[in-house]
Amino acid sequence: MTTAEPSIRREAAAGMLAIAPAALAVIPFGLILGASAAEKGLSPLETGLMSTMVFAGSAQFLAVELWTTPAAWAALAFATLLINLRHVLMGASLARRLGRFGKARRYLAVFLMADEIWAVAEHRVLRQPLTPAFYFGAGLLLYANWLVTTTAGALLGGLIEDPAAWGFDFAFTAIFIGLVAGFWRGRTTLVVATASALGAILAHALLPGAWYVVIGAACGVATAALVPAAGKRA
Amino acid sequence: MSFTLTTLIALAAMALVTFATRAAGLLLATYIPSHGRSRAALDALPAAVLIAVIAPAATAGPAEILASALTILAACRLPLLGVVAVGIVSATVLRRFLI
Repeated sequence: MTTAEPSIRREAAAGMLAIAPAALAVIPFGLILGASAAEKGLSPLETGLMSTMVFAGSAQFLAVELWTTPAAWAALAFATLLINLRHVLMGASLARRLGRFGKARRYLAVFLMADEIWAVAEHRVLRQPLTPAFYFGAGLLLYANWLVTTTAGALLGGLIEDPAAWGFDFAFTAIFIGLVAGFWRGRTTLVVATASALGAILAHALLPGAWYVVIGAACGVATAALVPAAGKRA
Repeated sequence: MSFTLTTLIALAAMALVTFATRAAGLLLATYIPSHGRSRAALDALPAAVLIAVIAPAATAGPAEILASALTILAACRLPLLGVVAVGIVSATVLRRFLI
């Protein structure tokens, strides 16, 4: 490496700034998850512990929905596995960006690899190499934010009504649309995107659970590998 | 009572599975050759996953499809925070008027 190392503070600030829209959008969901967990009989401490240990929003929502007392740990673990299968794909892609991370930091990085963190990191790589300061700046901000809002939701109870009534759920769709724009490489991306979208929509309509992400992504990736023009980098 | 043992076991199982799926990607990556078709597949992976995650939600109904179209337009011109604002506002408004 001949390039000078960017300043740690500036990189960490850039990471926090990059994750800020997602951190804001996640606040109502954290409060709601905490409130629903409280309704299911989880204590605020247990809810905070779940966010600390698991840190996977969609898996936690599913788990709280399925929660019984006493907890059916095997069923919860299996549901978590299915909904988190996409992280295998995300991790395989992120692995190529972690050249500046030591072994311990690589595993710490994947521990924090929630969807939004992964997406922001992949987006960063389009312009410059991924530094640990950027990644952990983004990761720790979202982690702290999630821990605080889910625990606060458990303590406060049902303060917030249905977030879908206010379009907050659409914030995540919008964030991902905004990030996809950064990956756009003309017709190449259009072919891959169409295959992914069709695969995901069909799988979502036909199959229960969270298979649609893995199936949709597989359709897109397979198209890129099989269609020579789609695989060529623009 | 602040927490129970069965709850702790369930949380530990969920945490372990989540970490395993994320770390599995790191190990998997060392087996994927970085040239030819698998390189093309890996290069396409981020956009493919992003789109697969949102496609069903973005096409859930007429309101969502229209809101997505507006959000895509916004994504061509605005920074991310502006894109999110357009998404939330258009989804909220359109859901009030479209079923």
